[in-house]
Amino acid sequence: MQILIYGFGNPGRQDDGLGIALTERLADWVSDNQITGVEFDHNYQLNIEDAAAIAQKDLVIFADASDEDIEGFCLSQVDDSTKVSFTTHAASPGYVLQLCKELFQKEPLVLLLHIKGYEWALQEGLSEQARENLDQATSYMQSLLVDPINTINPKEGLKLC
Amino acid sequence: MTKKITIEPVTRVEGHGKVTIHLDDQNNVDYTRLHIVEFRGFERFVQGRPYWEAPVLVQRLCGICPVSHHLAAAKALDVIVGAGTGQGLTPTGEKMRRLMHYGQIFQSHSLHFFHLASPDLLFGIDADPAIRNVIGVAMEHKELAVQGVMMRKFGQEIIRATAGKKIHGTGAIPGGINKHLSPEDKEAFLNGADPLNIDQMIAWSQGALEFFKDYYNKNRSFIDNFAVFPSSHLSLVRKDGAMDLYHGVLRAVDAEGNKILDDVDYQDYEQYIEEEVRSWSYMKFPYLKHLGKEKGWYRVGPLARLNTSDFIPTPLAQEAFEHYKALTHGKPNGHCLHYHYARLIETLHAAEMMKELLNDPDLMAGELVTSGTKVNKGIGLVEAPRGTLFHHYEINEDDQITLANLIVSTTNNNEPMNQSVNQVAHSWMDGQPEITEPMMNAVEVAIRAYDPCLSCATHALGHMPLELTLFDAEGKLLDTKRT
Repeated sequence: MQILIYGFGNPGRQDDGLGIALTERLADWVSDNQITGVEFDHNYQLNIEDAAAIAQKDLVIFADASDEDIEGFCLSQVDDSTKVSFTTHAASPGYVLQLCKELFQKEPLVLLLHIKGYEWALQEGLSEQARENLDQATSYMQSLLVDPINTINPKEGLKLC
Repeated sequence: MTKKITIEPVTRVEGHGKVTIHLDDQNNVDYTRLHIVEFRGFERFVQGRPYWEAPVLVQRLCGICPVSHHLAAAKALDVIVGAGTGQGLTPTGEKMRRLMHYGQIFQSHSLHFFHLASPDLLFGIDADPAIRNVIGVAMEHKELAVQGVMMRKFGQEIIRATAGKKIHGTGAIPGGINKHLSPEDKEAFLNGADPLNIDQMIAWSQGALEFFKDYYNKNRSFIDNFAVFPSSHLSLVRKDGAMDLYHGVLRAVDAEGNKILDDVDYQDYEQYIEEEVRSWSYMKFPYLKHLGKEKGWYRVGPLARLNTSDFIPTPLAQEAFEHYKALTHGKPNGHCLHYHYARLIETLHAAEMMKELLNDPDLMAGELVTSGTKVNKGIGLVEAPRGTLFHHYEINEDDQITLANLIVSTTNNNEPMNQSVNQVAHSWMDGQPEITEPMMNAVEVAIRAYDPCLSCATHALGHMPLELTLFDAEGKLLDTKRT
């Protein structure tokens, strides 16, 4: 199984850097533990070229900071029926998936990891609460990456939002 | 008594804004305003920080054009560290930055045309919004959509190879650059497997231009009559009048093509440019001082650059430039939708420039950094994808930033965007008591031609949905539409 973990957000906006912090931590852990088949990427935001990147993968997990009313972190499956609402220069995970399907005829399983954030000012560094959520999300993702096939099947076993 | 229509926020641009359209008693448009409702804060944020952090800090502004801010800040700091303006750098330093910059122009223009503008052109601005988006393009014009993805990807790879990384790139530093281009990257960009090599990018850029010209020939009346108005235009140009998106002197021309500013060293921009604050918008309104607030506003960006430049110093883009200039008999072009045409000529120019630079041995070897006697003030300008971008820093004896002033491209286009909305409102909304989808999109199309980045302009986080609200003569809400 070929897996892509893709964090996005702006680390210069405090907790908006949660997704990228997660990918950095997991990349180190995967390297230390010699786990294969997992690649990492990150950027300020998703965009159209990411449709080409995810077309090469079986499982894609986007990681993003969230200001939703959630507890710590959770996963949601990115639905290919997500309404396309191209309202900014950036693209949503659902938009990237739909573009991937239209342009490259590939349909990887795409999950979105929501990590709860609290502070969004123009400075670097995560808030204390966000760091705790990152710790929990990192541990969870490590478990998932040890045995991804059995962890995501059935999906009911996932920590879904 | 007037009525008021409000559109907020505008789709497919960044940040948050709304448009209000005020009607008179006969339901005709009285006046319009593009409001920017978020606040600025970045200039204050960088005060007290060590000056050398600025090229990285400014990338926190937004994720749309971090490279432009990175380079403009670095150019300002070149002055502060005594490395001079633009041409004071080592050949390697300047050319690596140029490659980074043209990569940014290429990817940004590609994104805008293929994925923001082309849906309107391919399907028409009154088409069903359900198909008038890039997924619609992908379904009906797959090849075009794939090219857009790959062109954007190529530009992003150029940025990675020159800036060092996607997030908070560190390539440009005060006085130069921190790395050479690797032999592996050079080989991949020049001779990589299709489609990701520079010759393919040039071919696709030509194809996109031909696509637009074909569209233009079939829809000339629409393109030539949508939001047309005369204005002045401002940009950097090379000393000899050539288009130069990385460095040059300031030039402005009026609607007749007369030079109203020429050969101005941008270190002196404060003598020539003022910013007006208006109570109803957080985004300022820049203007040329000597012409005053009413007459001194100007356009920036691709349309403006093709109006100020005497020629384009790459052959394919120059050929396209000559055809383009013939449309207005050599006079400045005031057609809002010709921004798209101009943007595609610049896309081709950027591709040609990247090829020229990739073949330059200075990228692979040579001194990276230079310096001189430090001073306490520096101004850096680049022609960002959306237009002229000003960064101005002053420091104290402890090397801390004491003053920062940024005039971003979208701010420079504030008045022109307002003028465009006004033109469209008169054309589409005079006598109309309610908001229709084509009306809303006509306003969006006018604003979108400038490819604004309102998040950047207001220096705040934001998303950009759209709402249009209509008020009657007594200020009573008549209608609201949101996308």
